[in-house]
Amino acid sequence: MSAEESIYLPETATIVDTKEMTEREKLFEVELDSGEELGHEPGQFVELSIPGIGEAPISVSSAPTKEGHTFELCVRAVGNVTNALHRKEKGDKIGIRGPYGTSFPVEELEGRNLLFIAGGLGIAPLRSLINYVIDKREDFQDVNILYGCRKPCELLYEDEVEDWRTNDELDYRETVDECPDDVCWEGNVGVITTLIPGVDIDVENTYSVVCGPPIMYKFVLQELEEKELPAEQIYLSMERRMKCGVGKCGHCQINGEEGEYYACQDGPVFNYADVQGFEEAI
Amino acid sequence: MKIIDKEDLDSFVADMIEKGEKEVVGVQEKGHKYAFQELKRAEDLRLDYDVTMLPPKKYFMPQREDLLEYEKDEDLSLEGVNEVVPRIIIGIHPYDLIAIEQMDRVFSDTYEDEHYLKKRKESVLIGVNMQEVSEWSFAASMGTATTDYGYDLMLTDLGDRYAIEIGSSKGSDLLERYCVDLKEAKSEDIESVEREKEKIKESFEKEFEFSPESLPWLMEQGYEKKEFWEEHAEDCYSCGSCNLVCPTCYCFDVQDISDLSLGGGKRTRKWDGCLLESFAVVASGENFREERSERYRHRYMRKGKYLYDMFGDIACVGCGRCSSHCVPDIADPTVVFNELMEEVR
Repeated sequence: MSAEESIYLPETATIVDTKEMTEREKLFEVELDSGEELGHEPGQFVELSIPGIGEAPISVSSAPTKEGHTFELCVRAVGNVTNALHRKEKGDKIGIRGPYGTSFPVEELEGRNLLFIAGGLGIAPLRSLINYVIDKREDFQDVNILYGCRKPCELLYEDEVEDWRTNDELDYRETVDECPDDVCWEGNVGVITTLIPGVDIDVENTYSVVCGPPIMYKFVLQELEEKELPAEQIYLSMERRMKCGVGKCGHCQINGEEGEYYACQDGPVFNYADVQGFEEAI
Repeated sequence: MKIIDKEDLDSFVADMIEKGEKEVVGVQEKGHKYAFQELKRAEDLRLDYDVTMLPPKKYFMPQREDLLEYEKDEDLSLEGVNEVVPRIIIGIHPYDLIAIEQMDRVFSDTYEDEHYLKKRKESVLIGVNMQEVSEWSFAASMGTATTDYGYDLMLTDLGDRYAIEIGSSKGSDLLERYCVDLKEAKSEDIESVEREKEKIKESFEKEFEFSPESLPWLMEQGYEKKEFWEEHAEDCYSCGSCNLVCPTCYCFDVQDISDLSLGGGKRTRKWDGCLLESFAVVASGENFREERSERYRHRYMRKGKYLYDMFGDIACVGCGRCSSHCVPDIADPTVVFNELMEEVR
């Protein structure tokens, strides 16, 4: 069987750099062995292979505007594939398929105010758009970033976050659910929703982009609804078990009374209006 | 339409086996039931069966199949694998032919899955109109008791002879290559075939109390009937048997299998089932269909609505395998759908 015949055949890629981010998360810079760019849009994902262990869907964390032809994956060691990936080092080989799925609608977002809301590892897919927006800052209006995690030591992309804190062109706010007594933390303490009331939202012209753990969506969306932000102006990135990435295996289906989606084809980026009220979505 | 005497059909089958240009598969007795298996002798073929334990999808989407091989020495090498055995499959009932047509659409939609499509392309399908009807089947209600498409050749038993309808050039090629004594069908033969088809449609005990065209509507109405689904799923073992025997279920899982040397291995896919508890679990541990009733409902939604929305097919062909294999006997679609219709009306 020739290489181009199987939709399940990954291409080989090399880990060109790794960076320990927290106890659980590592950042991997990856280069396709073909020398080609990945060619992704912000919000899309790849299927990452560790042959002998398996494949897992991972969202691309770098922006397409990043210099060079490598891309970045921020990965939490949580399952077989991701734990095996964490044992990999610079120079090691992996397999990559993709990019797959929908992306954040950058053209629709141009000229708008943006409100990013990220919980924990949800910052990983959002960063592909945040960095895109920073690189093309003049195309967008006010940019707010709300970022929350459980504890200060779980904060990801520390260097970049430091830039966001001091960047005059962004309004960056952060929070932790709890802060141990012996840790110095100047940000807010409380769940991510506690940051939302403080943000001035022009509902006519603001789009919100949300990603976080499943439990977070419900409460964040309630807050945004209270601010009267229309559902059509909210985009979500949702994790499901995208086993094949190509709409065949059936694992990532999201159902509701109104219909059904495959997260790997119709998502992972969804407009909230399209999944609102879906029992298995939020 | 052609006509072949019964003993000539035997020699047609024997010739295909003997020449061995393609593997010949036929329905055979297995224990007290029937199964599609490689046919070694023409006389083992049973065209009078009621239903096979597994549908013929196993030849296009095997229970386990290799997708790629990998080797890890200095470099990583990955190579696609597709083991295709060209086959002539004899004795497929209309409902199974229609199910295969549906699977063809699934695997050629957007991303073409050559692992399935190549196996399909290399196969010749010889259908047979039913002579016996399984007590669990309700194919007549689903409009799948007979079919005008989906076969390369279609046989109908007319007592001492078979009528052969030709569905494709693959089918006519097969007749030219292996079959010697073919006669043209007379008008009374054509009428006899129609009579046989009408007769079989009247032979089903189980039936829908409404048209299957209403299923997408019914499922939309029934989705929120939590108590209905909970009640029906109460005895579900989450064993996935209904998934495994279903001719339209195609969900799969993928696993890597390492050689003992750990230097290389294979990536394989195997059948999976949405009734199994782990089906919708993601890496963080969250299960998006944790309750039995949610998984149970999901399967009926797939059959009656979801796949219809995606591909335009009602993904139940009425074979009755799910209900006949369900130990607690809660999987009979005629019971579930008829009762749901009562509920929403």
